[in-house]
Amino acid sequence: MNRIISPKIAQKIMKGVFWASGIITALILIIIIGYILVKGLPVVNLDFLLSDPIDSGASGGIAPMIVSTIIVTVVAVLVAAPLGVGAAVYIEEYTKENFFVKLIRFGSETLASVPSIVFGLFGLAFFVVFLGMGWSLFSGGLVLAFMALPTILQVSEVSIAAVPKSYAEGSLALGGSKWQTVYRVILPAAIPGITTGVILGMARAMSEAAAILFVVGSALAMPASIFDAGRPLPLHLYVLATQGISLPNAYGTAAVLVILILIITVVTNTVVENYSKKMMGR
Amino acid sequence: MDYRIEVKDLNVYFDESHILKDINININKNMVTSLIGPSGCGKSTFIRTLNRMNDLIDTFKMDGSVLLDGNDIYDPKVDVVDLRKKVGMVFQKPNPFPKSIFDNVAYGLRIHGVSDKDFIEQRVEESLKEAALWNEVKEKLDKSAMGLSGGQQQRLCIARTIAVEPEVILMDEPCSALDPISTTKIEDLIHKLKKEFTIIIVTHNMQQATRVSKYTAFFLHGEIVESGLTDKLFIEPEDKRTEDYITGRFG
Repeated sequence: MNRIISPKIAQKIMKGVFWASGIITALILIIIIGYILVKGLPVVNLDFLLSDPIDSGASGGIAPMIVSTIIVTVVAVLVAAPLGVGAAVYIEEYTKENFFVKLIRFGSETLASVPSIVFGLFGLAFFVVFLGMGWSLFSGGLVLAFMALPTILQVSEVSIAAVPKSYAEGSLALGGSKWQTVYRVILPAAIPGITTGVILGMARAMSEAAAILFVVGSALAMPASIFDAGRPLPLHLYVLATQGISLPNAYGTAAVLVILILIITVVTNTVVENYSKKMMGR
Repeated sequence: MDYRIEVKDLNVYFDESHILKDINININKNMVTSLIGPSGCGKSTFIRTLNRMNDLIDTFKMDGSVLLDGNDIYDPKVDVVDLRKKVGMVFQKPNPFPKSIFDNVAYGLRIHGVSDKDFIEQRVEESLKEAALWNEVKEKLDKSAMGLSGGQQQRLCIARTIAVEPEVILMDEPCSALDPISTTKIEDLIHKLKKEFTIIIVTHNMQQATRVSKYTAFFLHGEIVESGLTDKLFIEPEDKRTEDYITGRFG
């Protein structure tokens, strides 16, 4: 048989192609994060982190923005995580593949593909106007919860499905009820995956500007409660950059946001890894 | 004779397929009964009928009766949770929970509402000793059960089962995933446990059946071809098919 390329050479070429894909992916990440940090870190200092903005953010710090970001993120996670994980448990453990499950999945996939600005419009129409909640961080958190929900649901579903059926059998054979089995065996075994899903959803919510643009009110002052208007970091960054207020401070804000997400991701990954190791005895 | 389990005219179907046909068998108290037969003959389905694990399969249908101490376990009034407390099960592949060794053995007690810490500790120790595992794990009770060897995991699963003090222990090919040394340990354990528990063991290994059990039933194509004293069944089987199977002509 005549081959154009020998298997040995094909093997080498393909290995090179995959290696290059890996390297390019890593480089893209490093370049983006590196660029933002290089441009942004010079303005970041303790004063920048702890003081209020002056002149719409042309000078001063971003303390209210950091607090606003934390508030919307916490609200989003507290709403989306129980809903998403609960729906995933229902789909995987309490029902069979049926019309209702297909509807949940279809709904979640559609939700995932809705443009974030559309979420923002919905938030304005529904929470701010229809429910009369006004511009508030709480409304913003709810909108972000809907954005994070599909990711949390889908990743949780996969993690629960990946728990070996033999664990559940062991629990049921000892006389465990369905709920005891879910709560004491299946969820603890699926927690590392579920946490990853929650963090992915949370990172998406944290870095969203468009979805909250019409909802949080864009106030510059330190929010006194979660029902106050506020301005999370991505939104501040958007305003600083698009209205020509201060590009250096925009980069500084971006750097703080990136570092915040990095810290959360690294800390969670470490905790999850330790938990998995302990659980699996490695 | 004092029977622990009496099975009368049991038929089991999954959808349209007729898996077990007119099964009649009595299981003696505090003895070991082996179920042998080629793959797909219905042994595992049968054993799972005894603790109603087949209920988990949607297409499962059955008729006939299964009596435990004279009470029908398929009576609508029977609580499956109570039944499974009385009829424990050890699976083919060791399936400890991804929890600590201690928590694995304590699991059954905890789900049944025991919260007395001293009592749990005492039962965990007793169960691990009974399962001949205590000396190997007493220093690392808080370590994950997943770090144990396959044979140790299987003995842990036995300890977990006996911790809730069942009357019957079902074992579904408990040694098929284990090496010969671990297998010997489990068999020794079965000899020890039969004083206290009624044991039903599914096995592919005919030597194992002769080593551990007093009674044996031979399953073929969903029927019990022959059952009786192990010694008799293996030395002078009544049915030609039993003889063919135990002499290795098929299976």
